[in-house]
Amino acid sequence: MAHGSGESFVQRFEALPIIIVFVLLLALFMYLSPGVFLAPYIYTTFLSTLPPLILLAAGLTFVIGAGEIDLCFPSIIAFSGFVFAVLFKEYDLGWLAVIAGLASGVLVGFINGLIIAKVGIPSFMTTLGTQFFWAGMATVLSGGKSYALRGVEESSVWQWIVGRPFASVTGVPWLQEFSIQALWTAVIVGFLWLVLTRHRFGEHTLFIGDSNDVSRVVGIDVDREKIKIFTLMGFLAACAAIILTLENKNFFGNQGQGYLLTAIASVLIGGTSIFGGRATILGTLFGCLIIGMVEAGLVAAGLTGAWVRTVQGLIFLIAIIFYMYVDEPQRRQAFVARLGSFRRFGSARAAE
Amino acid sequence: MAPAAPDFSSVIRLEGVQKYFGAVHALRDINIAIGRNEIVGLIGDNGAGKSTLIKVMTGVLAPTSGRIFIRDREIQQSEYSVRMAHDLSIETVYQDKSLAEKQPLWRNFFVGRQITDRFGFIKIKQEKEVARQILIDVIGFRSAGITVDSTVGKLSGGERQGIAIGRAMHYNADLIVLDEPTAALGVAEVRKVIDFVRKIKNSGRACIYIEHNLAHVHEVADRLVVLDRGRIVSQVDPKDMTVAELTEYLIGLQHEH
Repeated sequence: MAHGSGESFVQRFEALPIIIVFVLLLALFMYLSPGVFLAPYIYTTFLSTLPPLILLAAGLTFVIGAGEIDLCFPSIIAFSGFVFAVLFKEYDLGWLAVIAGLASGVLVGFINGLIIAKVGIPSFMTTLGTQFFWAGMATVLSGGKSYALRGVEESSVWQWIVGRPFASVTGVPWLQEFSIQALWTAVIVGFLWLVLTRHRFGEHTLFIGDSNDVSRVVGIDVDREKIKIFTLMGFLAACAAIILTLENKNFFGNQGQGYLLTAIASVLIGGTSIFGGRATILGTLFGCLIIGMVEAGLVAAGLTGAWVRTVQGLIFLIAIIFYMYVDEPQRRQAFVARLGSFRRFGSARAAE
Repeated sequence: MAPAAPDFSSVIRLEGVQKYFGAVHALRDINIAIGRNEIVGLIGDNGAGKSTLIKVMTGVLAPTSGRIFIRDREIQQSEYSVRMAHDLSIETVYQDKSLAEKQPLWRNFFVGRQITDRFGFIKIKQEKEVARQILIDVIGFRSAGITVDSTVGKLSGGERQGIAIGRAMHYNADLIVLDEPTAALGVAEVRKVIDFVRKIKNSGRACIYIEHNLAHVHEVADRLVVLDRGRIVSQVDPKDMTVAELTEYLIGLQHEH
């Protein structure tokens, strides 16, 4: 059947299941907390708070699509955020501080890629190690201090990167809250979607995730592409770091820590395969929206913040099991068979 | 695409090639030449070095020492790569490593040499159109319900070999290397693959055919090269030896170990 049509239903419409889940969840929250979810402010808040998560998850989509993992990016948020903050505040370098911050992220990502591709250490180990190293560097260099960027909203850096371009528009209060990082994030994510679906680099990423051996024999320079993937991740983490630091008008050393699991969860909820070879930027985007919405929605529904991680973890697990069912028929059959034998075991015991 | 030189005596020639993996001496002093329209069967026990030898020939692995000539011209080892082998019209069909499982057929046809604009973005429509032609004209899949959007994971073993061989023929290879293409295939599927090997010969190309099943390779090869522990121990004309004699000979080599 699926054989006949060539593409399966899920393949033809990228990220369809997760978009449906998103709409259902949105409807649920609108029903539970109409005061919050039927007013525009929650959405303008999303536009200012979600961009760092979305940028990180978009980069991770490439990393996980290539069958690798990156645990280092929370430390890039700390380290690049520090580089930016200290140059911006103590040395008053303005846009040069932005460039230095981005460059530091690119460098950290590039080093990760080199260790993984050229030394041959699995990415899990490598980035676990570099995570500690760069978080440590950020703490040592900053002396554990945070940097409050007072008066930063007067600078062109702040206005261009996280400004409120419509703040002076009168009469439409929610439009005044529109934050420009949402626009930059949309442009970057749109470009990355194009790259993943139709650029040579995106195709190579998915083939590498499918099989390193196949990729080598068809002529892909696997090492070089892996270095590029981790460098891209470093760049995007640095973008997230700068947006986060500017939006908070403050740098603090552990500002990246909340993102490790939420970013990975967003990617996998979106439908990118944990085994590599299949990845979707659109799915990741909706994964991020769900993760963000659950956080706001649960609090609005009157549950304490402690519930947020619990529910996010639950959604994450359900999503993983769902994708296993849709995409890996062999696993599904094995699972059903195991369930069957389990049941027989149970009834045999009952008969005793 | 490299211009086809009008006169060369061999498609590929190796001289004194050695390959070490750490302390393991995988290839010992290999000297071999493949003629222009010749099917060479490469046989030998597991671990004899067959796969290593073709990986060296096709640019996947660099030899530790020795010289490689393609169409009689020496190749700089430092420059040799899979991509260069493709440019020099050498294509490889691996037993199970030619196609990426989760990717659609059209991407598998073009990966590594995509049709792109100058920014590297793939011209998807054009690639799919050419892929459709390869599927129908070269491979002859018309009714099996296989389209260019099918993922490789849904194809049978024989279909996969057909796709991989068809891809190699599409790229006008002078030399097609087949690495155990019939391993783990049913009888009917094996027939199809052997027909493909004949097609290669009839189209004037050369082929290196690695095979465990001696009867299959004996049937189509012009020459059999026997590898044992990284060394070429003999070259046999299949007309001079029956399959049974060949089997005896290979078992004899085993007992020398």
